[in-house]
Amino acid sequence: MAKRQSSMQISETANRRGVDLAGSEAPSELLRELVAHLRQNRTQLREEWVSRISETRLLTAMTKEEIFAEATSVYDSYVEALETETFEALQAYARNLSERIIPRGVETHEVVGIVLLLRDVLARSLFAKYQTDFKKLNRILDAYEPAANRIANTVAVGFVQERERVIRQQQEAIRELSTPVLQVRERLLILPIIGVIDPQRARQLTEQLLRGIRTNRAKVVVIDITGVAAMDATVANHLVQTVEASRLLGATVIVTGLSPEIAQTLVTIGVDLGKMNTVGDLQGGIEQAERLLGYKVVPIAEPR
Amino acid sequence: MEVPILKQGQVLIATFQAALSDADLKHLRIGLVEQVVRLRSRGVIVDVTAMDVMDSFASRTLREIAHMIRLRGAETVIVGIQPEVAFAMVQLGLTLEGVATALDLEEGLAYLNEKFKTTN
Repeated sequence: MAKRQSSMQISETANRRGVDLAGSEAPSELLRELVAHLRQNRTQLREEWVSRISETRLLTAMTKEEIFAEATSVYDSYVEALETETFEALQAYARNLSERIIPRGVETHEVVGIVLLLRDVLARSLFAKYQTDFKKLNRILDAYEPAANRIANTVAVGFVQERERVIRQQQEAIRELSTPVLQVRERLLILPIIGVIDPQRARQLTEQLLRGIRTNRAKVVVIDITGVAAMDATVANHLVQTVEASRLLGATVIVTGLSPEIAQTLVTIGVDLGKMNTVGDLQGGIEQAERLLGYKVVPIAEPR
Repeated sequence: MEVPILKQGQVLIATFQAALSDADLKHLRIGLVEQVVRLRSRGVIVDVTAMDVMDSFASRTLREIAHMIRLRGAETVIVGIQPEVAFAMVQLGLTLEGVATALDLEEGLAYLNEKFKTTN
């Protein structure tokens, strides 16, 4: 009698402190027990998880076979992370997985959703197993929950980081596309600019052009801004700087296609037009460039 | 730091090193002009390919070199300014105005040869 009372007293004190002293296994032992359970019931738990995924209509962009294959890898990585308490392998796997599924149109809420579903499926199986021993269940959950939450976090963050990387890559690709540097003759480059130029695009344009001048050993560059409706003083200054920087690399710049608005801006900001070589349209600009390079274009026969 | 100055016919070629101090630049200014006088050169190429930064002192010195050499009836061309350096320079307003520039040594020599023909 007395013995039981005192052990109950110990438990109560311990519970108030949030630590269970009686029957305490080390947390790593608990984790091992938990991992063993998850491994033993792998097939069944994994199937349960996959069926819950289709119930909640997640990963609709993937086929059943694909989901099953990925589910297997995720399950195993999940259990391994729980076991080793290290998350680098999981992080690497999450990024790898994200790289594969993002082009398929899988969204963030789906990835977070399925990881949380797995967490729930595994938790439920723990409830089922330890339902007769509430204290043990608590200890098991103490070991399981932080690890499971960290896993959910790791996978979600990995996915989001990969998405952001893809977005940056696409933005870069769009920028490169919109300012091609074209060689039309030996030593002659054309830079046709279309659309809106913001300071960042202007800067990128300048860098691309300067590299292009060096690579192609250009002596003349025609920058055509017919397709640019307007530019503010900052961007106009960038244009002037581009002309000056090109000269430092030994290239002459001809600017063509200035709209009346842009001409007004340039005059307003006080650009020394003596420094700027401008011609009305692209055709005129190319003709002048050819003259500068010593070309003369003559017809060899009457056009048919 | 010694800056190598090579003679190629009527042209002197001075190759700037990466880290030239202000003192080096000052020495060079006098040294180059003396060489032009001694060797009766008609042109000077200053190759700055190795310079990864160009500050306002270096930029001003280059302009002074070009002006002094022109007073001796010779022409200066600065070659080898790197794209990143050119970009940085224009943002600081260092445009090397009044000084001829070319992409590299080959272009610089071509430019000078053209000049020599027309000023003969």
